[in-house]
Formats: sequence, structure tokens, C-alpha cells
Amino acid sequence: MLGNLIGVLFDGVAYGSLLFVISIGLSVTMGLMNFVNLAHGAFAMVGGYALVLMMTRFGVPFLAALPVAFVAAAIAGAVLERLLYRRLYRASHLDQVLFSIGLVFMSIAAATKLFGSQQQPVALPAFLRGQVHVLRLDLGSYRLFLIGIVIIITLALTWLIERTRFGAEIRASVDNQQASVGLGINVYRVFSLTFALGSGLAGLGGALGIDVLGLDPTFPLKYMVYFLLVVAVGGAGTIKGPLLAALILGVFDVAGKYYVPQIGAFIIYFVMVAMLLAFPGGVLGKRG
Amino acid sequence: MTKGLPTQRWSRAEIAFWLIPIAAFFLFPKYLTLGSQIMIAALFALSLDLILGYARIISLGQAAFFGVGAYTAGLMAKYGWGEPLTGLVVSAAAAALVGLATSFLVVRGEDLTRLMVTMGIGLMLFEAANQAAFITGGVDGLSGVEMRKIFGVFGFGLDGKTAYVYSLIVLFIVFVFVRTLVRSPFGLSLRGIREGERRMPAIGASVPRKLIAAYTVGAAIAGVAGALLAQTTQFVGIDSLGFARSADLMIMLVLGGAGYLYGALIGAAVFMVLQDYLANLDPVYWQFWLGLLLVLIVLFARGGLMGILRALQRRLARR
Repeated sequence: MLGNLIGVLFDGVAYGSLLFVISIGLSVTMGLMNFVNLAHGAFAMVGGYALVLMMTRFGVPFLAALPVAFVAAAIAGAVLERLLYRRLYRASHLDQVLFSIGLVFMSIAAATKLFGSQQQPVALPAFLRGQVHVLRLDLGSYRLFLIGIVIIITLALTWLIERTRFGAEIRASVDNQQASVGLGINVYRVFSLTFALGSGLAGLGGALGIDVLGLDPTFPLKYMVYFLLVVAVGGAGTIKGPLLAALILGVFDVAGKYYVPQIGAFIIYFVMVAMLLAFPGGVLGKRG
Repeated sequence: MTKGLPTQRWSRAEIAFWLIPIAAFFLFPKYLTLGSQIMIAALFALSLDLILGYARIISLGQAAFFGVGAYTAGLMAKYGWGEPLTGLVVSAAAAALVGLATSFLVVRGEDLTRLMVTMGIGLMLFEAANQAAFITGGVDGLSGVEMRKIFGVFGFGLDGKTAYVYSLIVLFIVFVFVRTLVRSPFGLSLRGIREGERRMPAIGASVPRKLIAAYTVGAAIAGVAGALLAQTTQFVGIDSLGFARSADLMIMLVLGGAGYLYGALIGAAVFMVLQDYLANLDPVYWQFWLGLLLVLIVLFARGGLMGILRALQRRLARR
């Protein structure tokens, strides 16, 4: 029973880590630009398909294909930001919602046309398959690998945001856009770079997640609620908030589906509504 | 006293508009089924127009109330009460009840929170209907819905005549009600909230109470639309609660233009006709064009079709 519980917790944390990698970009862009972007999952899907394409068509090994997934999604994000998103920073939330739903529909249709509607397989390298025995517990190697990657990404992002000049510019732009412009920070350049970075991370998450979340054209719609939830509950513009929110969400979702499968799907929505009502400004509160 | 209120009189353009569905009944007898689908979609879009166009509550879960109405009407008819008119009334009441109960969650919070709470409620109801397959039929849908004749005279036949006229009359009655509502002092206060939410309390208006009222009425209308679909097709599918229905609805409304009432009707009609034509060709392309259409509307035609019509009208008037 206890081993069971730890196993569920472990799976939940791995699942939550994945949600965090995908959603962190959304959290930063929402915090920076106050843009309600429902199409964030589409960038994760771009990364996922980029990985599958590299592995099946060009025989690139899994680990080498991961950076490609990041770059592909980052480029897609940068291009769309420059061409479309930028026009709507000052638009109403309703317009942003409609625009991004439109993008989601287009991405689903495009993915169906290009890759078909079936689930995409991913062949993990041998050392990531199977189980590892740690302290008499059987832990999935791939899930350990996921958690490891997320720890590295979190540390790198924290360093980027808190120790570098670019990070300082991001923080300044989130806190007060006008004052930042006055200080000579090119806020639009900060927006573009963070959007590309966030999309890239989503793409990396989408590629890493094929084994856990699956990958088919409805991906952006299927997990939209989860990404939005991480951001809404975690609060925008921080790293700790979304991380905490993603882990809570992951554990609840996995535990719900494991212990009470009949109502498993409810739990996530129930947690969502409850948390939104309890913490309108995010678990750790908003920056600034 | 009524000096400051908008006129309740009907303009010639409005009367001409309502002659179109009557003419269509005689001109396109083969398309009556599509016609009643359009009417139902229009009624549904009207409910969102009240919530989104007037009260400015971004809702991605309006299908929840459509589904509650549809299942209420369907279950009533299945278990012996097949009288259509009382079915409509009870369905509206059930949807209104769910709307009122959830409105307290929706009214507080900002756009993003509202969007997610409405979506969450919709998804929860969908899951509930999916799990309670012994009542709702689950993914197979609710069949065995048997309707009695309206007034004991007009039966729902295969030619779709009764369904068409029935849907049109219900749509018109609800439209008159909503039209009166938005031109009343209550409607004006909604418009006030839309234009400046913070200032409304200063003139003594309770913002949450008005929003709750608008949300509940919108839910009831969506319930009527759902009930109409259940009664005229004698079937309730689980997709009546689905997210896609809420998203399609949003598209209909912005296509027609939110906040005009007629925009909802025109948007629903154009959407349904396009869907009937394009989705039969290739559903994947249809979804792509739908997405593109949304992006283009947001970037270039913010008021939708009604916005374009208004701009044309203004330009003509200036000449």
C-alpha cells in the first residue's frame, strides 16, 4: 500500500514536471503581455511532431532529436509572435481568446493533414526503458529522466531570470512596462525572445511527453485546460508558482485516475474550479 | 419616463428580416431540416450574445446549459411526458437553475478566471453525462425519445415541417423577449457595465446582481435551444455538452457580430450553411477554414458581419 502510494506520488511528480516544462512559457508570456493564449499547446505539438519526424524519417537518436524539437517550436513561436501575436497585445481578452482558438483549430487541421489522426509512436532508447530499483522501489527510468531534466531546466531558468541582465529586463518588464521603456529596455525585444523561449520549452515538453501524454492532432485542445490551469493557479511571472501548481496538479490527476478511476476525470476539473476560487491571484500571489 | 430608453418599435429592416425564414419555408421545402437546425443554433447564439455581447462574460462553457436543456427534454419524453411545450418550459427552468447555481462562481474573477471556470463547469457536466450512461446513454446518446403532437395536432414528421415552424416560433418569441430585455433599463445597465464596470456602482447599480441575472437568463435560453434540438431530432447526443459546441457557438457569434442580437442570428445562419456545405466536402479542411476565419475576423473585421453592415450603412447615409 505504501509502495503503491509512493509509486503514485512519483508518477504524479513526473507528470507534473512535464506539465511544468510545457506551461512555464505560457506563464511568462501571460505575465509579461497579459495575453490570454489558448494556443500554447500547439507549440508543444510542433515540438512533438518535430521529434517524431526526426526519429522516423532521418533516424536521429532520441536525445539528439530533443534539441531539434526545442528549436522547431521556438522558431514557430518567434515567427507567429512577430507576424500575428504582436498585433494583438493591446486587444481585448475576448479577441485574444478568439484569435488563439482560431490558431488551435488551424494547427489541429494542419497536423491531421500532414501526419494523420493516429497516435504517434516514440521509440525510447534502451537505457530509458524499464525500471530502476531505488530503496526497494521500482521506479520507471523514463520518469526519473523526466524529473532530472525538469530539475536542470528549473535551475537554468532560475539562473536566467534572477542572475542575468536579460532576466532583470524580463522582471522589470513584467513589473512595470512603462518604466522599463523609460529606462531604455526594448520591451518588444524582450517579449519576442521570451515568447520564442517559452514556445521552445513547450516544444521540448511536447517531445518529452509523447511517451506519457501521447501525441495526436487534438493534443492542443486535449491538454489546454491543464496548461491554463498551471498558469492560472501558479500565478504569472514566477517560476516557483507554476512549478508548485504543476506538481500539485500532476499528483492529483494521477492519484485520482489510480484510486478512483470512475470519477478520475472529474477531479482535475474540480481541483481547477476550487483552486481558482480559493486563489484568484495564484497560489503564491502575483508578482508586483 | 421612458424618454431616455431605446425605442421598442420595429424598423422596416427588422420586419423584412423576419420575412426571410417564412419565405424560406415555401421556397426551400427540401432544406427544412437544415432550417430548423439553423433556428436552434440561432437561439443558442442569442443566449451567448446576452452573456458575452451585453454582459461581457467570456464563456467557453455555454454548451453546459444547452446539454442540460437537451437531456431534460429528452429524458422527460423518454419516460412518458412527451408534451413538447411543457418540456420546453421545464428544460428552461432546469438550465436556469444550473445557471443560477454556477453564476456565483462565474461572476467573481476576471476574464481568464471566468473563461476557465465556465470551461471547467462544462467539462465536468460532460464527464458526468459520460459516466452516468445508465441515465444518459453515455457516448451512444439518448434514444427512445418519443414526442407527442403539439396541441395534439401537429406531429413531428419526416418532412420536417412541424419542426421548422415550431423552432421558428420559439425562436421569435424568445427573440422578442431578449430584444425587449436589452432595451429595458436592465439592458441599459448591462451596457453600462460593459462600458465601465467600475463606475456602475457609483450610480447605485449592483454589478454582480445584474451579471447573475443576465447569466441565468442566458442559461435558460440555451436550455430552450437544447430542448428544441432534443425534441425535433428525438435524440440527444453527448456532443450536446461538448467543448466543440461551446467553441462553435463563440465562432457563430463573432462571425455575426456580438452585441447586436441580429448578429447572433445571421452568424448562426451563415455558419450552419457553410458547415453543411464545407464539412461534407472534408471535415479537416472545414476546421482549418474555421480557424482561419476566426483569426481574420479578429485581425480585420472586429464587429463581424453586423459590424460590416453598420459601416456600409453609415457610409451610404453620409452620401
